[in-house]
Parts: sequence; structure tokens; C-alpha cells
Amino acid sequence: MIELTDTNSAQIAAEFVRARTRAGSPAMGMVMTLIVVVDEAGAPAAMAAARAASREHPARVLGVILGSARGRASIVAQVGIGQGWTGETALIRLRGEVVRHPESVVLPLLLPDSPVAAWWPTDHPPDPANDPLGRLAQRRITDAALVSRGKLKALHGQCAAYAPGNTDLAWTRITPWRALLAAALDQATPSVVAGVSAASVTAERISPSADLLAAWLDDRLRVSVRRRTSAGPGITQVTLETAAGPITITRTDGRLATFSSPGQPDRPVALKRRDLPELLAEELRRLDEDNIYAATARRLVELARG
Amino acid sequence: MTSLGNPLRDPQDRRLPRIAGPCAMVLFGVTGDLSRKKVMPAIYDLANRGLLPPGFSLIGFARRDWADQDFAQIVHDSVREHARTEFREEVWAQLAEGFRFVPGDFADDTAFHNLRLTLEGLDLVRGTGGNHAFYLSIPPRFFGDVVQQLEEHELVSTPGSGWRRVIVEKPFGHDLASARELNDLLARVFPPESVFRIDHYLGKETVQNILAMRFANEMFEPLWNSNYVDHVQITMAEDIGIGGRAGYYDGIGAARDVIQNHLLQLLALIAMEEPTSFDAVNLRQEKLKVLAAVQLPARLDTGTARGRYAAGWAGGVEVPGYLQEEGIVPDSTTETYAAIRLHIDNRRWAGVPFYLRAGTRLARRVTEVAVVFKRAPHLPFAASATEELTQNALVIRVQPDEGMTLRFGSKVPGTAFEIRDVNMDFAYGGSFTEASPEAYERLILDVLLGDPPLFPRHEEVEASWRILDPILESWARKGAPEAYASGGWGPASSDALLARDGRTWRRP
Repeated sequence: MIELTDTNSAQIAAEFVRARTRAGSPAMGMVMTLIVVVDEAGAPAAMAAARAASREHPARVLGVILGSARGRASIVAQVGIGQGWTGETALIRLRGEVVRHPESVVLPLLLPDSPVAAWWPTDHPPDPANDPLGRLAQRRITDAALVSRGKLKALHGQCAAYAPGNTDLAWTRITPWRALLAAALDQATPSVVAGVSAASVTAERISPSADLLAAWLDDRLRVSVRRRTSAGPGITQVTLETAAGPITITRTDGRLATFSSPGQPDRPVALKRRDLPELLAEELRRLDEDNIYAATARRLVELARG
Repeated sequence: MTSLGNPLRDPQDRRLPRIAGPCAMVLFGVTGDLSRKKVMPAIYDLANRGLLPPGFSLIGFARRDWADQDFAQIVHDSVREHARTEFREEVWAQLAEGFRFVPGDFADDTAFHNLRLTLEGLDLVRGTGGNHAFYLSIPPRFFGDVVQQLEEHELVSTPGSGWRRVIVEKPFGHDLASARELNDLLARVFPPESVFRIDHYLGKETVQNILAMRFANEMFEPLWNSNYVDHVQITMAEDIGIGGRAGYYDGIGAARDVIQNHLLQLLALIAMEEPTSFDAVNLRQEKLKVLAAVQLPARLDTGTARGRYAAGWAGGVEVPGYLQEEGIVPDSTTETYAAIRLHIDNRRWAGVPFYLRAGTRLARRVTEVAVVFKRAPHLPFAASATEELTQNALVIRVQPDEGMTLRFGSKVPGTAFEIRDVNMDFAYGGSFTEASPEAYERLILDVLLGDPPLFPRHEEVEASWRILDPILESWARKGAPEAYASGGWGPASSDALLARDGRTWRRP
């Protein structure tokens, strides 16, 4: 890692080239730029997660720390290329007036002609698609479950401000639940599927993921979905009421679930809560619009309006 | 597995993986290397990725005095040692209740009766729904016994009781006649769409990427014909000898072992026309068409080469020759190196030779396809400027270090005008493989989903034997193969084969 003080985009870009030359100009094959907008405290963990995710999606990772906007503009950057993986990172600290113009720093550093993703690991702007950095990206990843305060408000805000390309890790977290529920109905006879009369989602009192799962079930099944509260961790049970009896997935320890369906023995199924690099890697796998998330977000807003 | 009528499935919802339906797999040949190193770890990795259904069960069948938990221990050890993904207790817990072991040999009626009871029991307690896959990880000479037993004990499909599938590994026979025999044996009991032949090369990401590279891009296909391509080299080299595989390898040889399946499949994927879609039927049609257009060299003695490694030094280690390997008879005529020149009689490839070579105990382990282009028809440079420029080439590296290399000429920096070959590299391995599944994972999942595009059908197996049979017959008349130095790149006759055409083998 080389530290550049009082620097600018051109010097950072030049340092990327020098770092690569020092490493003997290895083949890079990077496929995207990932912008991580983070605060000082969250930066080390977020950069580590981004590096881990970029093993699957080699990326130029640009961490941007927005400091206080007061005083003289100053830019400090730590630049390095990956050791043991094909990628590059720069952690860029902005202070002073330049904090209001972060896109001017990032734009010259985007990889040519390849996708850009922006990720806010904790607090995020109310409307990411119209944020100066968010506008540079075609994928904008927020995380309602990790904002410093008001998780549910954050989720509702994100759903209301939805724009193509937006996504939230609260949605990513429920992919395994959704896969298991869809597989459960794959196995059921058409009359059972048509006969799903109600559903419920049980989770911690505050769980953006559970609310999204309920909205998804409501939107897809067109039945009323009850949201129940448990001690957690995370989502603990999902039930689909069918004419033949309930299909239930119960997970009380955050790791191993029990799958029950009418006329079948109960079976254990691994359903571990995933960590950040895995969630991020799933998010970066597809960079086009997620229509199902769009529909679910719309539904969540409708349901909240009543 | 259809989205029809399932409101939770939507084709636009591409995050949701395909999860196999409830099923059980019976593994014959539990103690074999393949089972322990590939099949069992692949099953665990699939479960870890959340792709196996709750209730998936694995039944081991072997002549061992084991109980269920002994078998579970064997799987546990193999997973610990060979699985690619992290070991997690909850994933193991999902699988662990579904392990069963049935002791017995293939002639034992009681054992197969027990197998049936075990499967029926699993359908009840694990909800496997009568869906059973039989994985025959055993030598083909036992297929007949096993298939007959499965039939006698009503373990193969009966209407309305779920699906039954059978999975077999190479070799698919040792010539056309035996391949047909083997197929008839399976076809008597299983319909063609229920027979899954595993050619693990077709499960490899890089091999599937050949299709993506050719048919998703605009820049390669216009060059992909005899106007621009000079010739194609397909290489599969092993740096090790036959080691402990004497029993399998002797009498089989390099051509039957890998050219018949892997190399001819690679040739088909490189040379075929664009299929109308990537479903199994259309893909197979195009592969069959191009395999049927393959022409052997007019003279088999000058159009082929074969060899056998001699004692020597390979990679800094002193190694025995083929005849000194344990279990090889002194009058063996088995080849450990084979090279063939093939032509494809169609408009696209007329006049473009395809050179195939496969060998063991060569300089390094590598599988690659090199498409070598013609020289530029006119070079407006001084002859001295292009002395070091050879032919442009596109190399698809299948293993190891998966990726692609493009070789082209570039000016050497300096005042003199000099053009030299440079390589541009795309490292598929470094870029995407972290999360990409192992070939066996992909193939086993496809079997459980009943998704056939990546499995060769018997028509393809027969088409490749039709190509190879005349060559094997001509070799059989000629006695022992030529010796070649261990740790090199094969016999002199193989180099002569290309030299006669004014070409040389690439050093891979």
C-alpha cells in the first residue's frame, strides 16, 4: 500500500499503473469498478468484504470516506493492487469542500467501458439513484439492516425511492429462504399450490428482510401474510397454509432449518445466515434490473399505505 | 421442476437457483477413487450451495461389512479431505440422516432385495418420492449384472412411481461393437433419456465457455473457417505415468482412454455449426453432424503416430518406463501416446487439418485447443522485420490455468522495425473460478434435475468409435509402439507427422 497525501485523481490513477508495473504487469482481467461509500469506523471491514467479494468478480475497489465538508479541500489516498487476487484498491479520504464533489474524484478512476457498482455498507442516501456517486453506478447497493438508526424507516425509504439498478442487502439475505419456498411449491400438486390460503413470516421484531419476504409472498401468492414476532435470530419461521395442511420452514438457530410439509416426514435443511462477502458477491453477479425486487418493493410500499 | 403454476417461480427471478426435487442416489463402487475423490465431495458441495433438496439420501452399495454409520464415516472423511467448500456442521446435519449402506455383491439377490427395501424406507422417512438415480462407479463388465438385478427387483421405472436414472462413467466400450453392446444392455432397461454418460470434460466451465466464446461474440466467428484458419491442434498431456492404473490402462491406451471421448468432444465443440438452441437435441444434432463429417487420413501409417514412454527422467525425477510399471506384461502393445490427423469434410473446414494428440508422462500436464491462423497474405515489411513473427493463434486452455491466449505480432520498441509474437492473456481461473462449481457438481446436479445437454448420447459415442476403430485396427497389426523419452513431448514419429505437412506442434 502506498499512501498519497494532498493528491488528486490523476496521481491515484498513475499510482495504479506503477503498482501494476512493480508487480511485473500481471494480467488483470478486472470486470467492474466497485465504489464503497463508508465512514472511517466502517472502512476496514467494508474494504475487506469488498476484497473478498472481488475474488469472484475482480474489481477495482474504490473506498470513499466522506469527512467533514468544512475547511480546505484535501484528498488522501492509499493505493495498492491485490496480492493473491486480481484486483486493485484505493481508499480515498475526502475532506473540506471536495466532500460535496466526490464524483469529480471517482469519475476519472472508473475502469474503461465496464460496469460500476456502488455500495453503502451502513448509512445511505435517501435516494441513491440521484446521489452524486450513485449516479455513476448502474448497481446501487444499500443495506437497510445495517443503518445506524431506523432500519424499518430506511427500508421503506429505499422501497419508495426505488429506481432500476437499486437493491438492498436485506433482499439478498432472503434468497435462500425464497429458493426453499419456491422448491417446496415445485413439489406440491397444482391444487395444493392454488389452495395456498394464507402465509406467515416470523422474525425478530425489527427485521427488514422479514418484511421484504412477507411483501414478496403477498405479491406472488396474493394472500394475506401475517408478520409475527420472535426472539430471532433473523427470520425464524415461514408458513404457507394449504388445503392439505401447512408447509413450514422453521429455523431457530440461524443455521439449520426443519422443513415440514403435509404427508411428508420432517427433514433438516441447512439454511445458514450468510456473511457480507457472500451477499455482496451474489449482488454483483447480475448488474441488470431486478424486476422481482422492484415488484416486491412496490408491494411493500402499498402494504404500508394500507 | 417447472415454473408452470408455481407462483413463487418467475423466469425473471434469476437469483433463485434450480434445486433438484426430492430424490435418492445409489452409489455402486463406494470404495473406488472416483467415488471418494469426486462424487462424494461433489454431493457435499452441492448441499453446501443449497442445491440439494431437503431429504436427499445417498445409499452406498459394496461388498463390505459396514453399517450405515461406517458408510457415513467414509463419506465424512472424503468430504473433509476433498470437498472444495468449507465444512459446515449444519450442511452435514442435512445430509447425515440420509446415509444408508447396503452390503453385498452384484450377484447377491438378498442384497438387491435389501436395496429395494432401503429405498422404499427412504421414500417414507425422507420423502424421496420414488425418484432414484443409480450411479455405476464400477468397471463396465459388472454393468450387466447390476442392471439385470435392478430390473429383477423392480428398481427401474414403473409408471407413476417417480423417475429412475442411471449414471455411467467412461470407458463407453473399447470399440464400436462393444460400445453398442454396452448401450443395448442399458437400453434394455433404461430409456435413452434416462441414461447419463459422464464425460467430466463437458462439465468444465472452460469447455462450456467454448460455446459462449464462439456463439456469443462477433469477432471470432468470421475467422472460424478455412479462409483464415491454417490448422487446429488439440492436446491433452499428462505429466504422470499410468501409476497404479495398470489394470485399467493396459489394453486400452491413450486413444481409447481420452481421444475417443474428451478430444473428439472438444473437436466437435470447436468445429460444429451454431445450434438453433442450446437444448440437448439441437446441440447433439450439430455435434453428430460434424463427427459424421470427420475423415481419416488416406494413409493411416503416415497420418497417425503412437508411442510408449521409456524409462528416464521426468521433471527432475527418475521414472520407470511403461513396460517396467507394475502389472504390465512384457509383450504389451498398448500406446501411452497417440496423435492423429483428421479432416472435416464440409465447406467451413475443407483443407484444414485437425491434429489431436494425447499422452502420459509428457513434460507437463495440460489440455488445450490451439486454433492456428494462416499467415498474412502479404507483409509490407522487410523480410528481416518479420523474421520472428510466426502465425497468429487463439489458444483455449482447458486445464490447468484455465483461460485463453491470443498470439499476434507486435512491433518491438526501438528504432529498428522488428515484429515479434506477443501473447495476450485472459485468465479465466483468476477471474471467475472462485465460486464456479467443479465439473462433477454441475453434472450430478444436472442428472438430478434431468437436464441432459452436457451428457453425450450413445449416438455420439458410436460416431467417435466409428472414427477411431480403423485407426486402432491398423495399430493392432503393427506390434509394439515406438518408445519416447519420459518428460518430453512424445515420439519422433509424431513430430514427423506434422513435419510432412510443413507444420510443427506447439509447445503447450
